[in-house]
Formats: sequence, structure tokens, C-alpha cells
Amino acid sequence: MNQNQNPTTDQGLTVKHICKQFGDVIALDDVTLNVAPGEFFTLLGPSGCGKTTLLRIIAGLELADSGQVFSGGKDITRLPAIKRQVNTVFQSYALFPHLTIYENIAFGLRSRKFPDAEIKKRVNRRLEMLDLSSMAQRHPHQLSGGQKQRVALARALVNEPDVLLLDEPMSALDARLRAQVQEDLRRLQRKLGRTFILVTHDQSEALVCSDRLAVMRQGRVVQCGSPEEVYDNPTDSFVAKFLGAANLIPCTKAPGGVQTAFGFLALDKEPVWQEGTVAIRPEWIGIGDKEPERNGIRARVTEIVYRGTNFDLWLEPGPLRVRTSSYRRIDPGREVWLELASKELVILEDEAR
Amino acid sequence: MKRADSILTWYGELTTRQQLLKRGSLLLTPGMLWLMLFLVLPSLVLVVVSVVTRGAYGQLEWVFTLENYKRLAGFTLFGWTPDYLMILWRSVVVAFFTTLVSVILSYPLCFFIAGRPEHSRYLWLTLVIIPFWTNMVIRAYAWFLILSPELPFARLAAIFGFIPDGAPLYPNAFAVYLGMVSMFLPFVTLPLYASVERLDWSLVEAAQDLYASRFRTFTQAILPQTMPGLSVGIILTFVPAMGMFVVPDLLGGAKYMLVGNLIQQQFGTSRDWPFGAAISMGLMVLTMIGLQIYRRKGKEIEVI
Repeated sequence: MNQNQNPTTDQGLTVKHICKQFGDVIALDDVTLNVAPGEFFTLLGPSGCGKTTLLRIIAGLELADSGQVFSGGKDITRLPAIKRQVNTVFQSYALFPHLTIYENIAFGLRSRKFPDAEIKKRVNRRLEMLDLSSMAQRHPHQLSGGQKQRVALARALVNEPDVLLLDEPMSALDARLRAQVQEDLRRLQRKLGRTFILVTHDQSEALVCSDRLAVMRQGRVVQCGSPEEVYDNPTDSFVAKFLGAANLIPCTKAPGGVQTAFGFLALDKEPVWQEGTVAIRPEWIGIGDKEPERNGIRARVTEIVYRGTNFDLWLEPGPLRVRTSSYRRIDPGREVWLELASKELVILEDEAR
Repeated sequence: MKRADSILTWYGELTTRQQLLKRGSLLLTPGMLWLMLFLVLPSLVLVVVSVVTRGAYGQLEWVFTLENYKRLAGFTLFGWTPDYLMILWRSVVVAFFTTLVSVILSYPLCFFIAGRPEHSRYLWLTLVIIPFWTNMVIRAYAWFLILSPELPFARLAAIFGFIPDGAPLYPNAFAVYLGMVSMFLPFVTLPLYASVERLDWSLVEAAQDLYASRFRTFTQAILPQTMPGLSVGIILTFVPAMGMFVVPDLLGGAKYMLVGNLIQQQFGTSRDWPFGAAISMGLMVLTMIGLQIYRRKGKEIEVI
């Protein structure tokens, strides 16, 4: 089930019906995706969902049991890694410890026997671009995590790959640096206009970086689309909870809406199922002292969580999580009116099956 | 009042510097004594013996002379001959190639064992170690059997004309290498295996991802990582191989004498202790030179 039913194979990177099994474990189960040229694409999912395996199949480090990989219209399914115009930034960076930063970056060019002058020109350009010029003669162990990550990036990019693969490249960085690097990576990709495929389990990373993302679960692509599309319209409760926070409200179908434990909720569109779930993001719920015209719920604040820029409130009945948009502090125990606006209630598909 | 020694923590224990020093030296003493008694002192005795004169009946006469070293360098009453130097050189060559062949055989063996499922790895390692449990002389004699004229190996060699029909495959250089490599293989395999087992395969994948050939992948991604184990293996093989005398004695015959045999001969049948001591010194110096060269070369490719 994905929104890439008819991927074109003449451009970009396409994987078709990829299956991969390790012993009894199914790592990938019929995965089909199309990544447009110059696109920043993210494979998002919890650990063990098969996203890294898919990346390794694209890199040529793993062979699919069945299915095909196309790059620029060419079938590269059975091409070994050394023949693919694809380079990888490894999770642990995998820098060669005995080589200097300069030599690490030059590695791919030396393998392909580029003339020294050309190597120098290209490596220096990448060193400059990633602000590593002063480190050229150092060894990897003398660098910080962020610097190592940039070296790994330079080492892959210097080969001017058709597709750059990034395997959780920020998992070793601390949170503050990570936010910075995410934006830098986004900017770099825009500047270069190359196809980037990022694997991550960090939803904020996926939201910040990608043009499009695919949410994966148990070897399958659950949903694929732009970050806004997927965030605003998750197809099932897994996506709703994995990408951002969500209040999942079990309910039954009723004329014009659904019946929930705390009353009737009007919906713009009727669900196809009889019993199921609707989701609403914490920040989409309105909060006030007066009863709203539609979909109002009288609730009591049970707990507040201070988040710096706002508060998260937990309320009964529910429990419902509401993210306030301001500093207005609402003390526990207070009764408020919540508005679950009908256009922002998302009907989830999973309970319909 | 005397200023108290400042208190410090040592892996969670409160102690003082003085106490640590006292405890350290106490623990070191037995080992140091052992080395003094059985390594340093005998070596000094060897130096002394190597510069005295041999008496008419093989006894030591306490007269200083450099005659033994001159003889080792090839100066005799009848002019210069390279005989002894040849033996020394041959020992270096044999030790070098024994080490080289052991390394070349060990790499695939280590990767094979490391690739086995965990429970059977120890079985394979045990198979590598088992020859250790057998006496060296017995193992050398076992080669006699294997290389005897009746068995296919000798027959095959005869067919190809390497040896006369009906002759055994010993004594010759081939048999010496066979014996030496089988003797020293575990010395390389075991330390190398320790490195291979912990190999970070992501570096190999990175090399592949960056278009490296097989050779380049080995030299850039595998060799630097296995250097620690390889170094230990090379030293453990090269040094004792230089002084080996059982294997060349049995499998090499008189024509393929190595320095170990020569030394044994001087201290044994020839009863020429001073000359034996001089050769030992020569062997020691050569080994030191070998290790120095290795250290220099090793540093160039050493992982920092």
C-alpha cells in the first residue's frame, strides 16, 4: 500500500517489488518506491523495519531476493557496489583510521585512478565546501563527531554520485548539533541538486530534511508522500503515532460523524468502516472557556508538561493530549472546553481492515 | 608533623601514591627476579664466554680473544670463506619465508574460522591448536612418514622428476619449509584470528562503496585493522624460526644447516662453547636488526 503505484523507470532511482529475507525474518516485503532526480527522500521507520536493508540493497552491499533496482533507467539490480554510481555515508562513518582526512576523501578518486591534479582540485573543493580545510592533514581520531560526519559526507560527495545514501548519519551526534546538521544537510542537498536518500528513525529529521518520505513498518512501506501530506493525513495509527504525536480516539460510525466515549463528533467525510479510530494532533485541538459551536468537549486538566515554547496538557476524559500555542498556563484541575474541529479529525484506515 | 601523602583514588579504592608504588614493586619482583636469573644473567655469561679462548679439550681458558667473532665472519687460517655467514643468511631467509608463508596461509584460514557459526568456531580453533599438544620432535618425525617414498607425495615428486625414483621427499629445503610452516602456523593464526574476529566490516563496505579493487580493499580496509594481531604473529614466528634447530636437523640434513643447528653443534659435539656463544650473539644481533627493520616498516602502515 503506497502512493507510488506507477513508478517511472526512465529517471531517478526506482526500486520495484523488492523482497529480502534473513533466515526466518522478512526484512523487506514487496517494496516499490520511486525517487525523483534531485529529490531528498527519507526512509523513516523504527529499528528493524527494513529501511537500512533497503538502503544497502540500493548501495549494492546487499542483494535482494527478488525485485529490481533501477537508476537513471538502467537495471542495476545485479551490479556490485564498486560499479554503481551510488555512494554511502555510513552510520558509523567508517572512515579509514590510518589515512588522513585528505586521503579519506580522495579514496574513491584514487581507486578510480584519477590524476593527482584532478584529485587535488576535487578534494580541496569538498574540503572547502564542508569547512574542513584546516583538518586536511589530521587523522579521523583527532576529529569530533560532527567533523567526522562532514568528512564522511565529503568522501561520498567527491565522487559526484547519482544518488547519495545516508544511513542514520546523525545518530552519533548530540541533540543540539543534530538540529543544526539537519538544516545544513538540507541546504547542501538543495545547493548540489543531487538525489539524497536518508534513512532515519528520527521523525523530526525526516520532517526537516525531506522533499518526500516513506514511512516503513515490518518490511513494508506504510505511507509515502511529502512531510506535510503524511503529517496532516496519516493513513493509519502507526503513522499517526510515529510521525509526531497524535490522540487516537476509538469510535463507531454515526450519521454525519462518529460516536466516541465522550460524545458525538461531526466529521467532514464519513468513514468507510463501522468501528475504527480517528486521530487528531495535540496542537490542532482548540482550548477555551466557552462552548464551541461544534465538536465541543468539556474536559478537566489532569497534568501539565512545560515545553519551553508551550505547554502540553493532559486532560480527562481521554486521556487527551493538547498542545497549547502560548505560554498561558492552565493549572491542573481546571475545567475547559476543547474543540475538536471536524476538518482536522483524521479518519484512520487501519481499523477498517 | 610530617605532611601526609596525598590521598587519591585508584579504580574506586582510596589509597596513596606511596602505597601504590609499594604494591606495584611487590607484584613486579618475582617476574623481574625470574628474568634476571634466567635471561639477563645467562645473556651476560654468553657475552663473556664468546670472548674467551677454547682450551685443547674444550674447556674454557680465561684469555680474552676476538677470534670467535673473526671465525664467524669467515676469517680462517686459510683465508676468507663465507660458510658461516651463509648459514646465518640462510637462517634469515628461511625464517622470512616461513613467516611469509604462514601469514599468507593464515589470512584465509582466519576469515574462514571467523565466518563459521559461533559454536563451531572454537572447534576449528582447537583443530589449529591441537598440533601444539604433540612434541615437536614427534611432529618432525611424522613428516618422515608423510614424505616417505611409498606415499603419493614422494611418488608424485618423482614422476615430475624433482627426486629420483624411490627416494623420500627429504632431506631438502622443501621438507624444511613444510616442517617449519606447519610448526609455526598457529603462532600466526591465533593472534591474527583475534584481530580478524573483531574486524569492522563497515570499512570493507566503505572501500567497496568507494570503488576499491580487491587488492586495495585488503591493503586499506583489512590490513590496517589486522595489524595488531599480524605484528604479534610475525614476531612470534620470525624470532623462534631464526633459531629453530629440530626441524632443519631432521628434515634438512647436513646440507641445509641453519644457525640453530650450528649453535647446537658447537655446544654439543664440537665442544666449542666460545664459538657457539659468538654465533648466538650473531643470531641475537641479526634478530634485533630484523625486528628493527620490521618496526620501521610497520610504522609506515601502522594504525595510529
